[in-house]
Amino acid sequence: MPEVIMMPTLTPLLAELVLALGALGLLMFGVFAGERSAPTVTGVSIGLLGLAVLLVLFAGGDGTTFNGAFIQDSFARFMKVLTLIASGFAIAMSVGYARLAGFQRFEYPILIVLATLGMLLMISANDLISLYLGLELQSLAIYVLAAIHRDSIRSTEAGLKYFVLGALSSGMLLYGSSLVYGFTGHTNFIEIANVLADGRSTGLVIGLVFVMAGLAFKISAVPFHMWTPDVYEGAPTPVTAFLAAAPKLAAMALTIRVVTEAFAPISMDWQQIVAFVSIASMVLGAFAAIGQRNIKRLMAYSSIGHMGYALVGLAAGTELGVQSVIVYLVIYVPMTLGAFACILSMRRQEHMVEDIESLAGLSRTQPMTAFMLGAIMFSLAGIPPLAGFFAKYYVFLAAIEANLYWLAVIGVVMSVVGAFYYLRIVKLMYFDEAEASFERMPGELKAVLVLSGAFVVAFLVFASPIINAAGTAAASLF
Amino acid sequence: MLNWPILSTITFLPLVGAGIIFFFIHGDEEVHRRNMRHVALGVTVVTFLVSLLLWIGFDPQNPGFQFVENADWLGGFMSYRMGVDGISMLFVILTTFLMPLCILASWESVQSRVKEYMIAFLVLETLMIGVFCALDLVLFYVFFEGGLIPMFLIIGVWGGPRRVYSAFKFFLYTLLGSVLMLLALMAMYWDAGTTSIPELLNHQFPASMQFWLWLAFFASFAVKMPMWPVHTWLPDAHVEAPTAGSVILAGILLKMGGYGFLRFSLPMFPLASAEFAPLVYTLSVIAIIYTSLVALAQEDMKKLIAYSSVAHMGFVTMGIFTVTAQGVQGGIFQMLSHGLVSGALFLCVGVIYDRLHTRKIDAYGGLVNRMPWYAFAFLLFTMANIGLPGTSGFVGEFLTMLGAFRVNTWVALFAASGVIFSACYALWLYRRVVLGQLEKESLKAMLDLSGREKLILVPLMLLVLFFGVYPQPVMNVTAASVDNLVAQVEAAREGATSAAMLGR
Repeated sequence: MPEVIMMPTLTPLLAELVLALGALGLLMFGVFAGERSAPTVTGVSIGLLGLAVLLVLFAGGDGTTFNGAFIQDSFARFMKVLTLIASGFAIAMSVGYARLAGFQRFEYPILIVLATLGMLLMISANDLISLYLGLELQSLAIYVLAAIHRDSIRSTEAGLKYFVLGALSSGMLLYGSSLVYGFTGHTNFIEIANVLADGRSTGLVIGLVFVMAGLAFKISAVPFHMWTPDVYEGAPTPVTAFLAAAPKLAAMALTIRVVTEAFAPISMDWQQIVAFVSIASMVLGAFAAIGQRNIKRLMAYSSIGHMGYALVGLAAGTELGVQSVIVYLVIYVPMTLGAFACILSMRRQEHMVEDIESLAGLSRTQPMTAFMLGAIMFSLAGIPPLAGFFAKYYVFLAAIEANLYWLAVIGVVMSVVGAFYYLRIVKLMYFDEAEASFERMPGELKAVLVLSGAFVVAFLVFASPIINAAGTAAASLF
Repeated sequence: MLNWPILSTITFLPLVGAGIIFFFIHGDEEVHRRNMRHVALGVTVVTFLVSLLLWIGFDPQNPGFQFVENADWLGGFMSYRMGVDGISMLFVILTTFLMPLCILASWESVQSRVKEYMIAFLVLETLMIGVFCALDLVLFYVFFEGGLIPMFLIIGVWGGPRRVYSAFKFFLYTLLGSVLMLLALMAMYWDAGTTSIPELLNHQFPASMQFWLWLAFFASFAVKMPMWPVHTWLPDAHVEAPTAGSVILAGILLKMGGYGFLRFSLPMFPLASAEFAPLVYTLSVIAIIYTSLVALAQEDMKKLIAYSSVAHMGFVTMGIFTVTAQGVQGGIFQMLSHGLVSGALFLCVGVIYDRLHTRKIDAYGGLVNRMPWYAFAFLLFTMANIGLPGTSGFVGEFLTMLGAFRVNTWVALFAASGVIFSACYALWLYRRVVLGQLEKESLKAMLDLSGREKLILVPLMLLVLFFGVYPQPVMNVTAASVDNLVAQVEAAREGATSAAMLGR
């Protein structure tokens, strides 16, 4: 019988196709139209991401394709929408910066679209190979983004550092994957889980550790966090804003899927790793941020800490745990974007300032900005009634359900330590006297800030649908 | 009328006021500031009047929760439930009563950032009322912790020279105490399957679990109360806070600790409460004696009153943990009375601070010669602070000691010595500030109480005297709920003892 090559169904990945074709088309357009095309490309890129959101939401087509390497389910949809929104905002936030800093490059939004495409593939990866492909597509685009200020030493250094360490982590991930393949004979997550249900060998645990190390690098969890502060500081601020939100979502979603699908039968093994990484991240994030003077470095340590909190939910390993991680990420994204909208607007005399002290007296010079940033800081610290509290509430609820008392106790104590440096920013803005004011805030940053501030303040009123949707998403993994 | 959510109205009315100021009054001219003050005053007065409806409609015979409201919230794991019983209702009224006085007290002394100030106070009022009305663990926690944000800003922005240090200490200290309670709330949820307080009150937690839960709640409430040795944030916060901030801190925020003991620790963990009662007695007695002695050595008026607050809160914790009707009612009464008296004392300090801008006791002396009205008011509140019969301070202290005497005579004996100490420091303070010859040049131009200040202090004076002579209205409201609470705790303890005997 002649072999019939079946065309795989493409409906589950319509959004990815649109992004891929769109990015390539835009690249052609940019090349031919030259540097002046940047505003158009930016606008169309945001449009593409918006279109992708619609496709993910309404195009239907749940299921697997490419022989089970690609999966679309409620979890994937939820995380994709979140990632696309975060990327779209990141592009929008770069507009003012591009105009003022002489940074009008059409490659920038295209690279973000490509990175986002990689993220969508990561979220939908159901096979070690598609996992790696998505991860690398995302990482390569981001290496370039970090170094996009070719003339700036800091930016190139950041890009290079990220590249070298990222390549190392990819190596570890690949090594781990090959061990997993070697000991189970499969690359598909479902097949791996089926094999593991009959017991596991020590070699597989080594593979698991390497895979987890590679993933921990991508979510910048301790002990694979070293690149984060340097890259955050060195990369152009809009890139940092992008880095802090969307890639973390994708990497976290990927981690969730790997451990709850492929390694579900050996949850005892990975729970230990996740719990350790989580504690280490919370502790380091809380203490290391105290001494920071540069606000981008501060946000880097803060994001390390927040990934630690999100991992608390994953360490529980239950459906509620996954739901809590998703809720945590939903809340983390607007807080981060809002904070970076403020950081992007810290400009004096045509220069970006990154010193925390320069926020002194902001409540006098820009009361609205100070109020919103203050709300975001309290929320990051996890103080009720702001959104950040509910994020922490759900992850710790899951941890207590799973009897992880020590993890929870360390977590809440670290949140008190962490509160100190968030409060310090509030103190600077509200208690101290102003030295000089910043330049006017560009409109799009103001919009992002007000949106995220409103989200943080009003979360407790409108959030029921989000939490229920996160529950549905989590349920699709179990 | 029956379906009208009166508790939510009272709780969120101040928030609406804050919204009005936030969105509709812009500018920093004198006229804007005046508008903001008027809006804030109007809103707090209306809130107070509405809250009086609560007292009128309250059924004192019913020991359960009244005016209950129920709604789903955030997709399970928590719910929006409000309701009051005899224990919490009066705290709501105390809060709404003190707020207009605080706004009036800040009328002239706060001139910078009036907008933020009024918003912070109104938001704080919402959160404080919410604490006493919440019938859901998570909702309670949200209100309880949320209050830190406005208070942090009030101390830090409008406070004295060491405001930054004090604000941070206040915030981090209380936060550290509370986060453990948060974990305890979650553990309770997983054991009982609900966060509804009325249902949890009927749930029996296993004895070993009660032990840990009690400790976690204790960590939070002991810091808030504050009990010795975790009281050190209080003097700092009081000294640096603006007058109205101190009033709220002493009048309401401290009461949340005592309220928490009554609402959670005693009825939900009766076995652990019995086990830990000696610890609480010891800490209370130390607080009463030690902080009274510390108060004697203070040079700063506000600090002195702050330490005296710690001592008075010692009576409250002692009374509550006797689990006798007298002790618990005394504790509640003492909290209400202390809310009025310490608030009034801080207002009295504020009056002279506004004139001379120092709180050092040495800077004053002989004020009676220039300020007879002030001397009279201050004397009355000093006496109430000591617990002179005929003032509200006496009733609470007497009842708590009565309760303690029934349980442990030594505790009562030591606590009673604290009354003498409190007379020492309070009278000495009064002598140094008010009596004597008016010698200092700076004091010779001091004016007596203005009309506004009389308006603030006179209602407090009347209430202190009224409740001192006739405490019945308060007792009537609290009696049924307190009896119910005491009976419930005793039943739980007897149940545990008989179960233990059966097991043997």
